[in-house]
Amino acid sequence: MSFPWAKEYQPQNGVTKFLDEKLPLPRLVYNAVGAGYPVPRNLSYFWNFGVLAGFFLVVQIITGVVLAMHYAANTQVAFASVEHIMRDVNWGWLMRYTHANGASFFFVVVYIHIFRGLFYASYKPPREMIWLLGVTIFLLMMATAFMGYVLPWGQMSFWGAQVITGLFEAIPLVGPPLKTWLLGGFAPDNAALNRFFSLHFLLPFVIAGCVILHIWALHIPGSSNPTGVEVKSESDTLPFHPYYTAKDGFGLGVALIIFMAFVFFLPNQLGHPDNYIEANPLSTPAHIVPEWYFYPFYAILRAFTFDFILPAKLWGVLAMFSSILVWFFLPWLDKSPVRSGHYRPLFRKFFWFGLIPTMAALFYLGGAPAEEPYVMLSQIFTAYYFLHFLVILPIISSIERPDPLPFSITEAVLGSDKKAVLGENAEPAV
Amino acid sequence: MIRLVGILIGLGFTFVVLLAFVTGAYTAATEDVAPTAEYTFYEESHGPEAGYSFDGPFGKWDLAQLQRGYQVYKEVCAACHSLNYVAIRDLEELGYSEAQVKAEAATYMVPGVNPDTGEDELRQALPTDYFPSPYPNAVAAAAANGGKIPPDLSLMVKARHHGSDYMYNLLTGYQEAPAELTQQFPDFTIPAGGYYNPYFASLVIGMPPPLLSDGQVTYADGTDATISQMAQDVSAFLTWTAEPKLIERKSTGWPVLGFLLFATILAWLAKKQIWAAAKPRRED
Repeated sequence: MSFPWAKEYQPQNGVTKFLDEKLPLPRLVYNAVGAGYPVPRNLSYFWNFGVLAGFFLVVQIITGVVLAMHYAANTQVAFASVEHIMRDVNWGWLMRYTHANGASFFFVVVYIHIFRGLFYASYKPPREMIWLLGVTIFLLMMATAFMGYVLPWGQMSFWGAQVITGLFEAIPLVGPPLKTWLLGGFAPDNAALNRFFSLHFLLPFVIAGCVILHIWALHIPGSSNPTGVEVKSESDTLPFHPYYTAKDGFGLGVALIIFMAFVFFLPNQLGHPDNYIEANPLSTPAHIVPEWYFYPFYAILRAFTFDFILPAKLWGVLAMFSSILVWFFLPWLDKSPVRSGHYRPLFRKFFWFGLIPTMAALFYLGGAPAEEPYVMLSQIFTAYYFLHFLVILPIISSIERPDPLPFSITEAVLGSDKKAVLGENAEPAV
Repeated sequence: MIRLVGILIGLGFTFVVLLAFVTGAYTAATEDVAPTAEYTFYEESHGPEAGYSFDGPFGKWDLAQLQRGYQVYKEVCAACHSLNYVAIRDLEELGYSEAQVKAEAATYMVPGVNPDTGEDELRQALPTDYFPSPYPNAVAAAAANGGKIPPDLSLMVKARHHGSDYMYNLLTGYQEAPAELTQQFPDFTIPAGGYYNPYFASLVIGMPPPLLSDGQVTYADGTDATISQMAQDVSAFLTWTAEPKLIERKSTGWPVLGFLLFATILAWLAKKQIWAAAKPRRED
């Protein structure tokens, strides 16, 4: 399950020897994120974001459990209980702002993590299962975040719930009864709020379970790296601890500075003012928008405005779900033998000049009002989104002539300088 | 096989969304979408020229201003608007003493129950009570205001874009509809019971101008009560009601960021030292 040169855990004293015999938890940690896990020595800072995502999951669970001690999931008092947290609970405002902005930052780091995977084609064999679990985690995160946003029972909570559950209505035949069943009523109300709270508390632990599987699956082939060339020998790797614990520690510090700047100085910047108005089923907000991290998919949903055989709304729903489901099939759509975008000239052009601008545009357009020219622009970028993953990627992977790959990670690290040698590669100077 | 199916699905979605694009482009090209009066004449809030003491990362409350703002709220706004999420005890944060807050609470009557008979009655408020609503219930509030309930003001500053700036501009922005507006949009009329205000999203607001003349409120601290002054003061007060921990939050943020910066520099130095062993060297 690991490279033959991985260091073996040696219990040092009576306690760890006892544990190692009865319940080898220290050994598990040592092999997972300790010196017992050899990692390619050439990882860039883009490889920090997996650890950061794990960190933000923990932040969300801890702040969320505390908030749940003070929150009341009942439409009569939910909004007031949030204000109670903000005003009367000791440090309640800090807990709530950390949780609300923590969701945003969780999505930021996960988006960077996903797009790192897309550029370096981390989804390719032998890492398909890691990728499939990752997409599953992303879907679970979306469900969790959506239900969490409903809990304060503000105007956007209510109307967001109305719009998103309304999507199920577009499904032929079973749609309307399905929506009623999901909500426990004909519109979002107490039954919906209660089940959303219950599920919002449950799903993060399901995510945590999937994260464990994600890391477990990662440890079978080991981490990928920017060259996309697999590890060949011991000189290609460094032990996770202390090298990558130190690098992740620094990355975490930078992330925390940005995160805390938002929490303390711009805590409502990423939210919507309408959610400080209590939910009112009789008053529809002028622009109903989801949280920013759903914008690209909301733009795709709204891009379908023409009834072609099926109703436009159904097309929008199918396209929105497909836009994420398509990620599940990437390992089989992209057949190029080369992983890293660094050695794929054609792929790289489409990634930087096609996919990234498209995602940026869809992020902007999903938050824009549903009027021209925003709708027309969403339609063009939605078209490119599907073309990129389903048409361009399969075709370029068979016509592209990749650049020559380095023989090994070691060779890539040393570069063209013939006199360069690796560092001792033994124990660091600590 | 999977790639063939994928290409077909991809082309299918592309075809349908481009169909929508073509019909949308055709509509946009053939039908003129006239700009609306709201779109043309709406003005973005910019706030008072001097800004507020609590603005910016080093902002502080101006307690005298908050006290004046509370006075404006009590004498003007409270006639129609509730302040549901604020307790009278919270006034201590504005610099009032415990005894002053107790006396202030006694000026309010809140719904209670007669301990002898169990009948509903009004009783004197205690500091632990919340500010009472001006109307006994929502129906009464709507009936007294042309069918629309005057919104609760506790969170108003956080519930609108530009918050305290919007509040100031709205209160001072009442004016005659400009002549160009009626020239450009002959259909635009101000319904009975409506008032023109370019800072309000629909340009017509149902609330009558609350601040009518200088000196409407006689400030206890002797400040000249111009309309602009009263609007600034009450906007500051409502910023406090919406986010009472605003200054506590900002002043906690600096030590947190300072600590994190220090810790991150240490982490960077540690990283540099550890990686020094693994960096490639030249063999000379």
